[in-house]
Amino acid sequence: MASAPSKLYADDVSLLVVLLDANPFFWSASSLPFSKFISHVISFLNSVLLLNQLNQIVVIATGHNCCDYVYDSSSPASRSAGTGKLSALSVDLLEKLEEFVCRDEKLLKKEPEGSIASSLLSGSLSMALCYIQRVFRSGPRHPHPRILCLHGSQDGPEQYVAIMNAIFSAQRSMVPIDSCFIGAQNSAFLQQASYITGGVYLKPQLLEGTFQYLSFLALICILVDSCNCLSPLVLIFAHRAFVTKKLLTWATSVLYACLYSASTTRNVQPVDLFLVSPTQRLPQNLTRKERREIHKPHSLYVCGFFNEVPVC
Amino acid sequence: EDEDDVDGLEAWERAYADERSWESLQEDESGLLRSIDNKALYHAQYRRRLRAASRIQKGLIRYLCIVIDLSRAASETDFRPSRMAVVAKNVEAFIREFFDQNPLSQIGLVTIKDGVANCLTDLGGSPESHIKALMGKLECSGDSSLQNALDLVCGYLEQIPSYGHREVLILNSALSTCDPGDIMETIQKCKKSKVRCSVIGLSAEIFICKHICQETGGLYSVAVDESHFKELILEHAPPPPAIAEFAIANLIKMGFPQRAAENVISICLCHKEARGGGYTCPRCKARVCELPTECRICGLTLVSSPHLARSYHHLFPIAPFDEVTPVLSSSQHKLPKSCFGCQQSLLNPGNRPSLSVECPRCKQFFCIDCDIYIHESLHNCPGCESFR
Repeated sequence: MASAPSKLYADDVSLLVVLLDANPFFWSASSLPFSKFISHVISFLNSVLLLNQLNQIVVIATGHNCCDYVYDSSSPASRSAGTGKLSALSVDLLEKLEEFVCRDEKLLKKEPEGSIASSLLSGSLSMALCYIQRVFRSGPRHPHPRILCLHGSQDGPEQYVAIMNAIFSAQRSMVPIDSCFIGAQNSAFLQQASYITGGVYLKPQLLEGTFQYLSFLALICILVDSCNCLSPLVLIFAHRAFVTKKLLTWATSVLYACLYSASTTRNVQPVDLFLVSPTQRLPQNLTRKERREIHKPHSLYVCGFFNEVPVC
Repeated sequence: EDEDDVDGLEAWERAYADERSWESLQEDESGLLRSIDNKALYHAQYRRRLRAASRIQKGLIRYLCIVIDLSRAASETDFRPSRMAVVAKNVEAFIREFFDQNPLSQIGLVTIKDGVANCLTDLGGSPESHIKALMGKLECSGDSSLQNALDLVCGYLEQIPSYGHREVLILNSALSTCDPGDIMETIQKCKKSKVRCSVIGLSAEIFICKHICQETGGLYSVAVDESHFKELILEHAPPPPAIAEFAIANLIKMGFPQRAAENVISICLCHKEARGGGYTCPRCKARVCELPTECRICGLTLVSSPHLARSYHHLFPIAPFDEVTPVLSSSQHKLPKSCFGCQQSLLNPGNRPSLSVECPRCKQFFCIDCDIYIHESLHNCPGCESFR
């Protein structure tokens, strides 16, 4: 196995492994319907593929009784189907996801006792890490890998040891684990995962804006890398940016342009989200002296709040 | 080196004198070159290693002293660029691997120079301080003295509490040792203090080193080249088997401190300056900067739960996978087409099945690269985790 510092990354190309929570017990009780959530996810995945033709996406579904691969953008089947690459993603993904959910249901042996109905996160994390190792073996230059957990089910305490093993293995291979948690209470496992591997943990306040949250998550990673610093950053966005359609288009196009070009993030602890007006962009506001004075490693704060999230 | 022509070889020729890689190529029946299948060789080696590991009691809280020989013999250049440089580089890699596998343990560094053993760093749990101290002091001179080193190390390890496992790893380059007294007495003292001494030699096999290891229950090995040395030293990173009569089970008190907020300023014990952040000892409320460590005021071992979690895979190892011989399976439709973990195809070009392994519990098939990754780094079987 190659030791971590000797990996060579191709610039600007990323491999995103998405772990999608398809636990029927969670989704039946969730305020956001599964279909709406999937439409957010598909738009987000399409935007990742738009940015660079070499970007790869792999989606692994995490069910209540089993886990499986449901989409791989680099497999030959996904390229030839459909009229174009974009429509192929939604068609392929939805087909396989439906098959997966049926299979998951058939495997149900008994109803889960108590209120905890956890999904098999440790299984899909392990599969994601095996896939990433295969990508590392594929050649001298390979894409930046990241794992993104779109998860909502509660933590299953019986999976603690397995999840910690997976987290430490990800830390050794330098693979950050980001999470967008859509359940009610915070997930301690995913918070640990993001802290230890240097990823980002987000818990959106308003689920209807999930697509924006996912894009912001990507923006955090990009800004850290482009500023090339480990200093505290405060991102401020004007809340009015999301009331009018014009500014919304600007905001999302900026996000498309900076998605995932490199991943050297350190410990990022998002607290909240501020919104800034379009004319104000942070790196140019700080003078050189101010930038040099901010020397705290491990602290990148994204602060702010979401006021109104419109229908896009 | 001043001699340019030794044995009639030019300097550039000497680089290839020992390694003639073209001689290891093989030809098949028709005279065509057969490619060297490194993957299968590596996998066979890995399976042999795995068979040796079984469920035995291991010492997880280890106190290891690394003794580095910086005598005249360490400046020899048979290991390139010099024995000392190779040792330093590999010790750095070893220290990082050691703390990764044994987060609750501590390392101390000792050097032998001019016949005298000096303590380079005290027993501590921070890899960076050890590596910095080592890289700052790399000069060699004088004789080596095994007895002085063992005396010094025994003195340090005597203060360790009884639940800790005491170990010494000597990296010996010299062929002789200059001792002030009877080394056999020192060896008996080590044996009585339950110190396990292992030696890795860089020059040749020496009787006294072998004797030390036999008496104390350690491992003796001699490295033949740089990569072999790296392999040998990394073998000492996983926890060794515990000797039954010495490993008495007892309860160890540990503290799990809370992280203090950044704006709560207090004076920390390690740097003696006022700063925010850090961790507060649950017993005496003293501030420490990083974990794992020992509180200097009340002596409580302070750890956080991920540190303990790093050792769980030693306690709950996964079963080795069974090899699937492609020839025996006559009904080939039974074998799945791709590896369960990474989706790599399990068929060679031409639809002939390649080497694969099967998990005895969940009956899923994996490729051999996933097998190595799962058992060496991940310690989870994706198949067992993906089904209830």
